Amino acid sequence: MQVKFNMDKNRNETTKQDTKKVRNITPVDLDPVQRQRLLAQKKKLHRRRKLREWGLFTGYLTPSLAGVMLFFFLPLLMLLKTSVQKSSTNTDFIGFRNYERVLTNDAFISASKNTLVFALLAVPLAVLFSLLLALLLNSGIPGKSVFRSILLNPMMVPVASVVLIWQVFFSYNGVINGWEWIPHLFGHDKIDWLKSDQAQLVILIMFLWKNLGYDMVLFLAALNNIPTEILESAMMDGAGAFKRFFAIKMHYLSPTIFFVAIMSLINSFKIFREVYLLTGDYPYDNLYMLQHFMNNQFTHLDYSKLSAGAIIMCVVMIFIVGGLFFFESKFDADVEE
Amino acid sequence: MDDQLRARRRKQATLARRNVYIETPKTESFFEKMSSAERDAFFAKERIRSAKAIKRRSVKKKILIGIGLLLATAAAVMAIIPIFYTFLNSFMSSAEISGNYGVIFQSLSGHARDGAKYMSKTPILHLVPQRVSLEQYKALMFNSPTYLFKFWNSIIMVVPIVLGQMVIACLASYSFARYRKRRREVLFFSYIILMLMPFQVTLVPNYMIADKLNLLNTFWAIILPGIFSTFSIFLLTKYMRQIPSAYIEAATLDGATEWQIFTKIALPTCKSAIFALSILLFIDYWNMVEQPIVLLTDADKQPLSVFLSQINDAEIGIAFAASALYMIPPLLIFLRGEEYLVEGISRSGVK
Repeated sequence: MQVKFNMDKNRNETTKQDTKKVRNITPVDLDPVQRQRLLAQKKKLHRRRKLREWGLFTGYLTPSLAGVMLFFFLPLLMLLKTSVQKSSTNTDFIGFRNYERVLTNDAFISASKNTLVFALLAVPLAVLFSLLLALLLNSGIPGKSVFRSILLNPMMVPVASVVLIWQVFFSYNGVINGWEWIPHLFGHDKIDWLKSDQAQLVILIMFLWKNLGYDMVLFLAALNNIPTEILESAMMDGAGAFKRFFAIKMHYLSPTIFFVAIMSLINSFKIFREVYLLTGDYPYDNLYMLQHFMNNQFTHLDYSKLSAGAIIMCVVMIFIVGGLFFFESKFDADVEE
Repeated sequence: MDDQLRARRRKQATLARRNVYIETPKTESFFEKMSSAERDAFFAKERIRSAKAIKRRSVKKKILIGIGLLLATAAAVMAIIPIFYTFLNSFMSSAEISGNYGVIFQSLSGHARDGAKYMSKTPILHLVPQRVSLEQYKALMFNSPTYLFKFWNSIIMVVPIVLGQMVIACLASYSFARYRKRRREVLFFSYIILMLMPFQVTLVPNYMIADKLNLLNTFWAIILPGIFSTFSIFLLTKYMRQIPSAYIEAATLDGATEWQIFTKIALPTCKSAIFALSILLFIDYWNMVEQPIVLLTDADKQPLSVFLSQINDAEIGIAFAASALYMIPPLLIFLRGEEYLVEGISRSGVK
């Protein structure tokens, strides 16, 4: 104690002396010319450092940026141009007539309707079921990690490999129709599942099968991040399991719910893979997705229509994603208060 | 009773304020009123009651865990059965396959549009082959080279994409993470938007530029956009922003160059993320369908993922083995790198 006190005292003295010295030495007023020169030098150094930082930033970014520009942004601009041209050979400006053509096209309308309906069904269900699965695995059952890896397995399996199995299950003479109570549930003796009004349901099952594992892992991570003290103190105060879930866990889970929703939305657009591999270019009406429409335009080589369609989708996607991000940031701000 | 107590306390308080203390009568506790025999009896009873309560609670917990286990097992079985089923069926002889599933594939609703023949029979799920045979695999390896060619096509496209995208993404995300500025965030945000764009949108630009560069119908038409896809940049940037700036400052003080900071600090800290992303990328591209069917018109160049769906009656005998072979690489990678994958996914969602 004594020693420390002494040291402090010494240091105080020396600093006092130093400041005195400094005050004595440095002139308060600089010669204006010299001041100008010093300032200029400082500015130059600052600029040089800034330039160097900018150079490093662009240096590291260039490979990616060049590729992205060449393969994504530049062609998008090209699309904008071709979308207002009459056709790829005739480059007359025709305004928004191509957009009109696309938006009044029955195939485009039904394709976007199907894609949208599927996304609206798939996203909430994926969020709900994966959350339930995560809660189930987190409820203290043994072998949690084993179940987690088993449930994550479907994500690893390529769609093409399980197409065969889905056909065995869902075709007209398939296994599901063999279990008679299932088609009876829908009021038929036998259903050709992929060519019926229930086709979306079948595709939904495939979607959930593939994506639940991934979403569940996201929720498990979020559940593990909830501070246990809060849960314990809530338990002490007599909050039941439901109260604890809705009042505390939901609060911590809400950013993950948004993330899972965004990821599911993106994955719901990839359902085209299953649909295409199972049913080919022209599936049953309620499975005709936007990608089918695009593919068929490719085969017809109708570029102006194609680019108008792509631009419309791009704008819609930007709005959806931007809206989700906006909503999330607003919601987050509410949560933090 | 309560009022009396309150009145007494109030009186006590007023007295205390005047510095007058009165002694409160000592209340006899619950146990002190009893005789020792009574007390023993009470404790014995209480012990039995609590033991029962504990037992009841543990039984209840066990039942709940049992139900949970049952549900989880059901989910796990549903998740694994298609995979399991493919593997087991790949060991059936082709005669057995066509015996079991011929009915299904004669009536396929897919590519033959209205050519489906409806039959009254339905197959039964055959999980275990009657006799284990490697006939399918033999036929696949030696008699049908197309499958192997397509498999090779898949490899030749996926491996360069994964490697190339990792290199470029590491560089770009380091630049986004270390040299962070307000205005540069706009560029980063446009990268995120691009990442979130479905294939329906990005494929048309890809097709346009491939057409302009004369790359259509070559592997480069798929590999190059794949390499520059912004998928992994978003996640890696998130990771690299978590590197404590103290590390980097310490390194600069010790005289490390920018390149050394990148290779000696940034990359090793993000090792697990890089592994996880490589796995995710590999699955995603191993699974690709949209790009090849648009960008590759040559049937010879299609990867196995597209080709596998075009099975018909004659080839059904080897289709299970081909499917099984096609899932082996991702499953092997999953077995090796599961912890990286889980960690990578987990950290991508948590802010």
